[in-house]
Amino acid sequence: MANESTTKATKHGRRSVWQVLRPISTSLYVMMALASFMIVLVVWSLLSYGGFVEQIFLPPPIEVAKQFFTNITSAEYWEHIGISVFRVFGGFMLACLIGIPLGILAGTFKIGEALVEPQMEFIRYMPAVAFIPLVMVWAGIGEWAKILIIFIGCFFQLVLMVAVDTRRVSHDLIQAAMTLGATRWQLIESVIFQALRPHLMNTLRLILGWAWTYLVVAELVAVNSGLGYQIMKAQRFLNTSEIFVGILVIGLLGLICDRIFAYLNKRFFPWAS
Amino acid sequence: MSSFIELNEVGKQYVVKKQTFKALSDVQLSIEEGQFVSVVGPSGCGKSTILRILAGLEEATTGEVLVDGVPVTGPGADRGMVFQTYTLFPWLSVRENIQFGLKLKGIPLTIRRKMADRFIELIKLEKFANAFPNQLSGGMKQRVAIARALAANPKVLLMDEPFGALDAQTKMDMQEMLRDIWRAEQTTVVFITHDIDEAIYLSQRIVLMAAGPGRIIGEYEVDLPSERDLLTRELPAFLNLKRELIQRLKHD
Repeated sequence: MANESTTKATKHGRRSVWQVLRPISTSLYVMMALASFMIVLVVWSLLSYGGFVEQIFLPPPIEVAKQFFTNITSAEYWEHIGISVFRVFGGFMLACLIGIPLGILAGTFKIGEALVEPQMEFIRYMPAVAFIPLVMVWAGIGEWAKILIIFIGCFFQLVLMVAVDTRRVSHDLIQAAMTLGATRWQLIESVIFQALRPHLMNTLRLILGWAWTYLVVAELVAVNSGLGYQIMKAQRFLNTSEIFVGILVIGLLGLICDRIFAYLNKRFFPWAS
Repeated sequence: MSSFIELNEVGKQYVVKKQTFKALSDVQLSIEEGQFVSVVGPSGCGKSTILRILAGLEEATTGEVLVDGVPVTGPGADRGMVFQTYTLFPWLSVRENIQFGLKLKGIPLTIRRKMADRFIELIKLEKFANAFPNQLSGGMKQRVAIARALAANPKVLLMDEPFGALDAQTKMDMQEMLRDIWRAEQTTVVFITHDIDEAIYLSQRIVLMAAGPGRIIGEYEVDLPSERDLLTRELPAFLNLKRELIQRLKHD
């Protein structure tokens, strides 16, 4: 019935929702987004409840949901979340602290670019995971080791992306400031950095997402706390629901961070876009 | 006795893929203090290059440039510029944009606010003093850009086709406003345009340029009353000069 009416409407000149670039209503958008989640859930249920896949490989949704609520109502699990958040932000902040000034340097001065970028381009192709043994030699097996791994995962990309953002600041804007008498430092402080901020926020948002993905890597060895550790431990006992929950929680935390960044960007830089 | 602005045998060459390209050749130009001079010519004649060299944003390959007796070695607050593109700082309000140059000089807030408000009045944007650039029309943005440049109190105002992107009606309003501002402020103005009507309407003197290589092919006094309005564009003196300029450009 619904199908028929749509066809009729199309004949009467209504445009198709599949028209390239055509905007759709918010309610349709939300509905479609929910539908995509439902599809995954339905397929998952079919596979597990239908007995196509053994429970030990694919736990049914209800088991995962139960595990999820058991976990988030236990104080101990929140301690794991806490230590993981600490590691992610530790590595991320450290990368920002050193990476942002370096990126601005490379994006502002050609000589800065020559000093910084070839080096970073080279190192960023070295896999962060491969640094684990080195980091353990350098930093031992304490918190610094985990923070360092996340730092390595973020830092080199961050520098390059900030340099690109800096270079994208309108040259006309910079030249206008020059003709208003801005000194070199004033240009960096009052124009380049100001204009850079919204792009920088977007870059930081992306990099923080990567920091979360490096968490599990950082918590691979010599740990007894954190969400990554929980996942590794669950694997040892073939507790797949627990693995599912661990992955879900990390995903959720990443998503929350992302949304906070997106909100702050809109809130503080309404003039951008 | 040298003039207020002096370009002596200024030349500019670019090297592109090992080929030398001559953008400007032997440009000789003097401008008196307080004069409104337009530089007119087709695209690629190097008129913008002259302005950018005056601003210190580009370097002349040969020759020397003097402003008030001082050689130009880089950009500075003594040579304010208005660009064709919109260059307001999007994170600053209209008032803050106009104050920008004053703030760089370290002028205290109360004083620079007063100075900015005078210029906001001059460009008739009192109602938009706290608005942000993305809330302004193209014409308004350029008005603020002019005010911002003037507020820094430059010796000369350099304008690079500032009304090039505006619609015809807005353009005429802006030209009228610029005339008023110039007469009130007595600033020296160097104005770049490819619009002959605009050049005649605005200026006291017109410098005509041709391309390949960019060079000056003539200078013309604009013999029109200093009180100008819409009808000025229909005066015989206006039309005659226009015809003369068009013919000169054609025969080059």
